[in-house]
Amino acid sequence: MKNYKVEIMPRPEALDPQGRAVKGALSRLGFQAQDCRVGKVVFLELPDDQGGIENVKEMAEKILANPLIETYKVSEV
Amino acid sequence: MKPIGILRFLGTNCDADVLFGYRSLGLLAEYIWWADRFDFKKYSGFILPGGFSYGDYLRCGALAAHSPAMHDLKEAAGAGYPVLGICNGFQILCEAGLLPGALTKNLSRSFQEEWVRLQSVNGVCIWNSKKEIQLPIAHSMGRYITSENEMKRLQDQGQIWLKYENNPNGSMNSVAGISNQAGNVAALMPHPERAIAAWMGSADGRNILSAPFENRM
Repeated sequence: MKNYKVEIMPRPEALDPQGRAVKGALSRLGFQAQDCRVGKVVFLELPDDQGGIENVKEMAEKILANPLIETYKVSEV
Repeated sequence: MKPIGILRFLGTNCDADVLFGYRSLGLLAEYIWWADRFDFKKYSGFILPGGFSYGDYLRCGALAAHSPAMHDLKEAAGAGYPVLGICNGFQILCEAGLLPGALTKNLSRSFQEEWVRLQSVNGVCIWNSKKEIQLPIAHSMGRYITSENEMKRLQDQGQIWLKYENNPNGSMNSVAGISNQAGNVAALMPHPERAIAAWMGSADGRNILSAPFENRM
């Protein structure tokens, strides 16, 4: 069994309304954040014969992330 | 005439409105279930209605775009059959790679439900409509974006179909609807099926729903 993590973030140039809203809430609580961006994390548990990190990258390209608006980072955990 | 297929995904919620719309136009329509494979030759065209397929999990339309029924829809699209995506259907067609671009959060960060005025752009789209129309929108993820290059390509190839008069959601170049290069696959964020009779506030959606089937009415 192998475990992988896929971190998905809105592209830096794309508007991130969620991050903007969270930044607003943080500042109302007295925290000063220069920037705040919100993404998501997908944890995957793969059988050993299910390819490796390349397989996970294919998953990310195909469905987990939309390369037009998001970036992703795959790592083994 | 062969029926028009209305795709239903888990969380689609404008399917009955579209069916009602076609019935009121005197056109035969029936549902296609997302988990079923189907023979596209038994239909005359396809609609992907609005809703919140899979509760918008992952990204709007991302999970529906990879449903079993979408294999056959892609075949139909490739064979030149009329395909129209409405609202969530637009998001699904983009995620399925049948249309370029993506629908992102409205600039207002809010769900917007209002009447909008639209202009139809002369282009390749077979789901054409009157020049100036009024339709309702109801979405929070309707801001159309794509790369600058792709936008230029869309304009040069006549793939821009509808534009907002007063861009309500911050869409790139006020785009409300686009088509593929062949013009048979098109999508829009406003809801034509919610404007098919004067008592609804507008009947401008009728032409859009019926355009590719006019010779069969």
